[in-house]
Amino acid sequence: MITSTCKNLTFATIEAGAGLKRALELGQAGIIREVTDSGIKGRGGAGFPSGVKWNLCAAAKDPQKYIVCNADEGEPGTFKDRIILTTYAGLVFEGMTIAAAAVNAPKGILYLRGEYTYLREQLEAELQALRDDGKLGENACGKKGFTFDIEIRMGSGAYVCGEETALIESLEGHRGEPRNRPPYPVNTGFDGHPTAVNNVETLAWISCILNKGSDWFRQHGTEKSTGLKLFSVSGDCDMPGVYELPLGITVDQLLAEVGGSNAKAVQIGGASGRCVPGSQFDRKIAYEDIPTGGSVIVFGPGRDMLDVAQNFLEFMVEESCGQCTPCRYGNPTLLEGVEMLRNGRCSAGYLKELVSLGESVQISSKCGLGQSSANAFLSIIEHFKEEIMGRTVDAV
Amino acid sequence: MSDKPISQDTSRAPTSQKRATPIQAGAKDAIGGSVSVTIDGEKTKVPLGTTILEACREMGVHIPTLCHHSDLCIAGVCRVCVVEVEGMRTLQAACAFPITAPITVRTHTAQVRRSRRHIIDLMLKYHYGECYACGRNNNCELQALAKEYGVDFFRFGHPDKPMHDVDRSSHSVVRDMNKCVLCRRCVRTCIDLQEVGVLEAIERGEETTISTYLDKPLGDVVCINCGQCINRCPTGALRANDPTDEVWAAIEDPTKHVVIQTAPSPRAGIGECFGLEPGTPMTYEMNTALRRCGFDKIFDTNFTADLTIIEEGTELLIRLYKALVEKDTEVALPQYTSCSPGWVKYLEHFNPEMIPNLSTAKSPQQMFGAVIKTYYAKMHNIDPKDIVTVALMPCSAKKFECNRPEMCDSGFKDVDYGLTTRELGKMISEAGIDLPAMPKSDFDDPFGTATGSGVIFGATGGVMEAALRTVIELVVGCKVEDLFEHADILPVRGFEGVRYVELPITEVGPVPEIVSHLVPNWDWLKGATLKVAVAHGTANAKKVLDDIKAGGKFSECHFIEFMGCPGGCIGGGGQPIPTSPEIRAARAAAIYAEDADCEVRKSHENPAVLKIYNDFLMEGPCGHLSHKLLHTGYTARGKYIS
Repeated sequence: MITSTCKNLTFATIEAGAGLKRALELGQAGIIREVTDSGIKGRGGAGFPSGVKWNLCAAAKDPQKYIVCNADEGEPGTFKDRIILTTYAGLVFEGMTIAAAAVNAPKGILYLRGEYTYLREQLEAELQALRDDGKLGENACGKKGFTFDIEIRMGSGAYVCGEETALIESLEGHRGEPRNRPPYPVNTGFDGHPTAVNNVETLAWISCILNKGSDWFRQHGTEKSTGLKLFSVSGDCDMPGVYELPLGITVDQLLAEVGGSNAKAVQIGGASGRCVPGSQFDRKIAYEDIPTGGSVIVFGPGRDMLDVAQNFLEFMVEESCGQCTPCRYGNPTLLEGVEMLRNGRCSAGYLKELVSLGESVQISSKCGLGQSSANAFLSIIEHFKEEIMGRTVDAV
Repeated sequence: MSDKPISQDTSRAPTSQKRATPIQAGAKDAIGGSVSVTIDGEKTKVPLGTTILEACREMGVHIPTLCHHSDLCIAGVCRVCVVEVEGMRTLQAACAFPITAPITVRTHTAQVRRSRRHIIDLMLKYHYGECYACGRNNNCELQALAKEYGVDFFRFGHPDKPMHDVDRSSHSVVRDMNKCVLCRRCVRTCIDLQEVGVLEAIERGEETTISTYLDKPLGDVVCINCGQCINRCPTGALRANDPTDEVWAAIEDPTKHVVIQTAPSPRAGIGECFGLEPGTPMTYEMNTALRRCGFDKIFDTNFTADLTIIEEGTELLIRLYKALVEKDTEVALPQYTSCSPGWVKYLEHFNPEMIPNLSTAKSPQQMFGAVIKTYYAKMHNIDPKDIVTVALMPCSAKKFECNRPEMCDSGFKDVDYGLTTRELGKMISEAGIDLPAMPKSDFDDPFGTATGSGVIFGATGGVMEAALRTVIELVVGCKVEDLFEHADILPVRGFEGVRYVELPITEVGPVPEIVSHLVPNWDWLKGATLKVAVAHGTANAKKVLDDIKAGGKFSECHFIEFMGCPGGCIGGGGQPIPTSPEIRAARAAAIYAEDADCEVRKSHENPAVLKIYNDFLMEGPCGHLSHKLLHTGYTARGKYIS
């Protein structure tokens, strides 16, 4: 199923090494300009402009800098990075090398999701081939004085380590827990050195941008959400799989593409995303409307939305790092609320309190995980209140 | 390091972040400059990198905090200090947000108040226990927050049964995770402040708890019992092992003769238990209160502090003589002090190969126990089995020390109970005594005469100063006052983590009688330079030990004072809560003031000390009986836990 929808990816048409070659000709400032002009924003979900990130990292004064590729793809319903790493890892390594040339970093680290350990051998072999070919190492790509090599480091299955500062903590050998921001990793990252952390897909796209030019990239998408994006589509649809689509596409258009037109709701952005009801399927999937790291989960007419809310909350309860109070204790409290709703024991007043608590969790948690942990619950309560309220124990 | 808040460090802990400056790119021109900030409509300027919390405090705007502590690096985990920063989507933790660009802050909007209240409600949902059945009642930061935010019901519920067993395995520290709110101050204390690293968070999410290596009982891991975690715990999750019931029982037992010795630091701190300002000395009021509580005799630990100086100083002179004159290469130098039981256990665990450097002299507490159950018992014709010795200490590690199996050289357990300042405060309250209102009274004889040297044992550098006062007079033969004004040896005082002092010995005097059995003359010390150092807090001790192992300047030292706790005993794990650099400085000031008021300020001039060598320890310092009663051995524990 997956292969059937992965065939038309732009990545398959890209000539290996061409983007990197052009990047090295452009030089540091040229690369950053090209990336900035393309308007590309982080494909992991947070949507921070990559050009700005690289510019900040390049400006930081430190001879030791790091490029980290975030391959800790853990968002429920996301599997596009796995496809990229399986088939197009060369583009990712190329993107990392371009990043290294842009910010002047001698060292790169690919932080690979623990569950993807089976990919490691293949990735190591590809890295060795690049070294043998002179693309990595001292005087990389035949450019005198340009040293860059990439190391693979393994995650251990913590969702929170996809958050860049938790990822860095994990790299340093600590518990995977997010740091306070500021300072940001571009100034104080791995081992205290400036670090640019980019998602797998972002780096692959940047290889394409350097190859085909920023204008090509801007042809796709909207003004604020430029370019193409991979979507991992799963759930109640005829053709789940990885799709390459322009940002700005409406939910309706996407559902038509994947054979999910009778959907009741779509969860966009995984467990940390929002649940979009049928009445809002005309909304755009874009940073300015419904942002996503690529996860699209389709819920058919027969799904119980309380089950959906419970499922995502259980995930957050399990994956909260436990560091800050709102996320650690707020999510289990919301989950208890779901149980009460299921048994018809949640008063309208208490539900209002829970919604208020969810909003507190959103604004007072320490990191992106906590801040988005109540999204699914809140959007389901907002849009499916009729379905959720008024249950009785007997009805279960 | 340990006495300065690492204010610009907004990280959880990693050393890597401590090295780097958090100043953002683009702001580099403004380093050392100031930045404007508007707080609740009022505009001010603060130094670049000031946190929102610091800026608010500067302006007198109250921000509630819980995980923040002035001794510890910033965590930003409890989130109770969140504020609104204009232009930011989410609320920001005031304690963890360094101001590097002009910002507008609102500290009590509806969103802010709602979030804080929710956070407090959530903590209470997981906090088992009733306030009136808690040792921290009225001194609990969670309770104070609940009051501040008007909590009048448990919005999200409250546990009705305990979720964790209470860990009472340690002689010193009791851990009750039912009351833990996961502020992680104890973790930061143990890892960052003390660099011991016994406590860390385990598990995730709701299951997160603070634990030890393999979740073993605290008594079985490398805990040094310093109790610094207790002093920084905002709730009753960590407390000292409390023997007050046993002490009351002994007092009420007519067959028992209950003797209490009181260390210098509690008297500088106990006033805080009665609402007095830190650093209000309560020495003589406390004596009266102790008598009214029913203790039979009240002695001053300063007596054995002076005895320690004589024994430990003599030991040092013997080591130096062996090394310099007899060219004995086996002699371990520098000699380390051994009065801090937290430090001693730290060395036993982390550097057991250095145990030969540790002075064999017991701590003043343990010397006193042995002296009371031998010399004093004989003098007053009391059967030592009927004597109960209680030690009032600023310390939780002293509870472990008195339970060391080797500490029974008198033939009995030398010290029966170690009592902390806080526990005595409780006993005094329980007896209905208003401590500050007590008339003053003196210590009991025959150990009543104290010297200033004994008093200053309580502050970091105090043991060194006391030792130097004696060594200088014994060796150089002049008055300390001739070298240092008022005999105040200021170079060893202060709160810097590590201090190093060199004292050239240009002249030597005749050998005084007290040590004449040990050395023929001092000529071998003429022209030498005495090198000493002082370190407080085990993180600073570690720096010195690492330097010694690397052959650095501290390896050239002759004598080094190590204290397990930041600030020395005045910052001990048994002192009143809270603690802060300012509070410790105030307590130290009280101790130095008491020293300045003492008639006798040098250990070797203490008449009671001279008398005990004359009447009882007749072979002199480091003689046979001294060795039996006043010296001890150590256990190479290592850091591997079976």
